Amino acid sequence: MSEHFMGYVRADGQVGCRNLVAVIPGVTCAGDVAAAIVRQVAGTVGLFHHQGCCQLPPDLDRVTETLIALGCSPNVGAALIVSLGCEGTDTEKLYAAVRATGKPTAIIRIQELGGVSAAIKAGIDAAQELVMAISDLQRKPVDISRVTMAIKCGASDTTSGMASNCVIGYVADKLVDLGAAVVFGETTEFLGGEHLLARRAATPEATQRIYDIVARMEARAESLGCDMRKGQPTPGNIAGGLSCIEEKSLGAIVKSGTRPIQGVLEYPERLGERKGLWIKDTPGREPEILTGMAATGAQFMLFSTGRGAPQGFPTMPVLKICGNPNTFARMQHDMDINAGCIITGEKSIEEVGEETFRAILALLSGRQTKNETIGYHSSMDIYTLGPVI
Amino acid sequence: MKETIALKVSPHDNVATIFADGVTDGSVITLLDKEGKRETLTVIGDVPYGHKVAVCAIGQGEKIYKYGEEIGVAGKAIKKGEYVHIHNLDSMRGRGDLAHLAKLAKEEEPT
Repeated sequence: MSEHFMGYVRADGQVGCRNLVAVIPGVTCAGDVAAAIVRQVAGTVGLFHHQGCCQLPPDLDRVTETLIALGCSPNVGAALIVSLGCEGTDTEKLYAAVRATGKPTAIIRIQELGGVSAAIKAGIDAAQELVMAISDLQRKPVDISRVTMAIKCGASDTTSGMASNCVIGYVADKLVDLGAAVVFGETTEFLGGEHLLARRAATPEATQRIYDIVARMEARAESLGCDMRKGQPTPGNIAGGLSCIEEKSLGAIVKSGTRPIQGVLEYPERLGERKGLWIKDTPGREPEILTGMAATGAQFMLFSTGRGAPQGFPTMPVLKICGNPNTFARMQHDMDINAGCIITGEKSIEEVGEETFRAILALLSGRQTKNETIGYHSSMDIYTLGPVI
Repeated sequence: MKETIALKVSPHDNVATIFADGVTDGSVITLLDKEGKRETLTVIGDVPYGHKVAVCAIGQGEKIYKYGEEIGVAGKAIKKGEYVHIHNLDSMRGRGDLAHLAKLAKEEEPT
């Protein structure tokens, strides 16, 4: 059986479910100019972050590579790079890499143009041309196997591991079986459940990598010499009944389904043509994981919540599935799918899973999510490892 | 009155989760496992929506299981039916405080 959606086929063969012009500041100091351009030009989105200068070289490489991956991601039809001119990010490499995909690409440099007002004018003119250049691209039928789904849970409570994450697991298995790719992360939320993931690794190398990234994240969490509880699980998780990270993790990893885990991706890494189920090493906090998942090349994210997380990402629609029936009733304008009916016994995991799969096909063909329509899509930042210096 | 359920996910578990509002000290609820087996349980403590109770007595230092997996240890003795949360369940992971104390103890050892 095959499933299709209507997508935007890019020059490099990738398929997008949105057709956006990304305005990408190379450094946090170029953010205000990028924001002014985005405010003025319809059809653009800003990829705002707080990185790109006064960081150690491995982190600067990570920022450059993450921005490249975002610029090359399938929902981006064209890109405008906004450089200050003196940042640590390699904006020339960023410009060249995005341009090499065949997308209309432009760059402006604030210091070279003579300052903020001149750069805003040049940027508005450039962004307008980019929007017009991609505005008449038509959707075409595409097989579902061309899709990468990112999955995450946030603002979780005890309904997440018993309802909404189970539905995500069902959908993840279905997509993998249809030849698509699925990526999950939140390495902190493997603590206490890593043995269950390691058992599903497709190769001995993948097994080792799972244990390695968990050890690295746990050492990071322990580095200040305190109990990480309240950091993870969060005060909201605790109020929702999750007592400790082990309980949160066991509920969280349910969303990865049951299929073999092919390997572990580093944070800025792109999945490319690889299929099946993958892990990306990320923290659990929304801005950093949403950024990392969009960088993977995921067209959309299926996001489970119990307490009600409303966030989205500029270039990646986020479909919200809520396991808590009370939260769904309260936050209907932020939650797309009700998995609370599993908790109340009205529907099965499979029934809600099929409903979710149909919602995904509609999303991929252009139907807007609640986070998109409410305009909550700025949850972005780049996960770095070292200090700001 | 509608029956209040505490759901035990795996046969190995010693806690169960209650998805209901208004469960207070002395409430009588029904413990339900995956096979559909029912047992009456009297709750000790006020238990908010989505929180857990012990399905049997758990001694201090004994492991606590949910989903058939270990989620921590009992920080103090827990009675059957008692509310289980951060006040009596200790996590064993991401414990920088314990790692720090272990390091200090090692430094104080006579060489």
